Amino acid sequence: MIEAKEVNKYFGDHHVLKNISCTFEKGKTNLIIGQSGSGKTVLMKCLVGLYEVDKGIVLYDNRNFSEMNFEQRKSLRQEIGMLFQGGALFDYMTVEENVMFPLSMFTKQTKPEKLARVNFVLERVNLDNINHLMPSELSGGMRKRVAIARAISMNPKYLFCDEPNSGLDPQTSGVIDKLIKEITDEYGITTIVNTHDMNSVLSIGDTVAFIYNGELWWKGNNSTILKTDNKELNDFVFGTELTSRLKQ
Amino acid sequence: MITHTGDYVLLMKKVFTKPQKGKIFWERLLDEIQGLGIESIGIVAFISAFMGAVVAIQTAYNIDSPFIPLSMVGWTTRQSVILEFSPTIISLILAGKVGSRIASEIGTMRVTEQIDALEIMGVNSANYLIFPKVIALLLINPVLIILSMWMGILGGWLAMCATGLATTNDYVTGIRIDFQVYIVFYAIVKTLFFAFIISTISGFYGYKTNGGALEVGQASTKAVVYSSILIITFNLILTQLLLT
Repeated sequence: MIEAKEVNKYFGDHHVLKNISCTFEKGKTNLIIGQSGSGKTVLMKCLVGLYEVDKGIVLYDNRNFSEMNFEQRKSLRQEIGMLFQGGALFDYMTVEENVMFPLSMFTKQTKPEKLARVNFVLERVNLDNINHLMPSELSGGMRKRVAIARAISMNPKYLFCDEPNSGLDPQTSGVIDKLIKEITDEYGITTIVNTHDMNSVLSIGDTVAFIYNGELWWKGNNSTILKTDNKELNDFVFGTELTSRLKQ
Repeated sequence: MITHTGDYVLLMKKVFTKPQKGKIFWERLLDEIQGLGIESIGIVAFISAFMGAVVAIQTAYNIDSPFIPLSMVGWTTRQSVILEFSPTIISLILAGKVGSRIASEIGTMRVTEQIDALEIMGVNSANYLIFPKVIALLLINPVLIILSMWMGILGGWLAMCATGLATTNDYVTGIRIDFQVYIVFYAIVKTLFFAFIISTISGFYGYKTNGGALEVGQASTKAVVYSSILIITFNLILTQLLLT
């Protein structure tokens, strides 16, 4: 479980996150949604420590991340996997080397053991026989799946996904969502997904936190989100032609 | 400027730490020696040979007094190449070739979140990315500069053979006159300073890139400009300290 308690973040005079308190539950896909510029990416970066919070704390299973030193954070980060918007695969490494990288860096496994693990996680994300391809040779969906494979290679307790569906067609988005959900359920991971894709919200949103202008505006799940009378949330959810027609 | 210097010092503090995994460091080091050093051999050899030839021809044309022996062509070429051309001019050329490569490579990794990915995994990204490049340049640049010295002097000799402005005997005699090993030592010391400047300044601007493709290009330009300015400045300082 990850908890954010009264998290505040400023960029100069701009107050980006305003007193956000939120719990992200274990074994569930916890979605953070909101318009572009609402602060959801900043919140995620504060949770993983890419940005330091200016006020408030972040707890990982009651371990205060905000007060940890570099070594303690380094140790905790081996329990974290993250899927970045563009995949963030290392350009100069093959798929196999990318997925093997955390294992080479942080474990004492032998080459055959590492290779077995790499093949296992690649199979888990439904990718076969691409070990020796470079990231530039992969499609957008494949890159995301390789990034997921790399993120879960160390058996993480916490999985962060920053807009996993951006730049993907609806069908591939569905595949990625399904994969995230399956992995979360299978390994009991605390998963946090940052998205503005309503398909993802409805299909995998065990818990949903809506961020509006840097504030936690609404919290619920994929069932309650369609029944709320929160105006700002409704504007967001039914903001597209398709969803507004469905509502009618 | 003061903020940049402070940021640079803080980054170097992160860079110069013990690598997290020795085996990975050695692999990265060999890759960097290949990418930053071995792949520069061609351009260094080409430029050095032609510049040595030009220095030799210009010297020969300017010797119009019968009291000045033609062996001065060899002597002047040697001194110019070893003292200044190879360590400084080749370092400036490497600042352009290698510096822009380092800054754009690290800058691209920054804007495509690859550096964030390293940080999330618990990797000291500054050490992992910049430290092998610094060590690689410190190891390979002296080799490149010595190669440049050889090629410069060889180019001068070939030019003399081709033009007939001086004989091989004159040229070789000139090269051997009053040779002091200290000038090679001086050149190597300068080269090491310049290699450090190129790798750390370029690494700094790449690492601090923020934005997109445009900013990567700007970081690359800044890396080359500031590396060149510092090379020229330290050239004067080191010359004053080592030769006077």
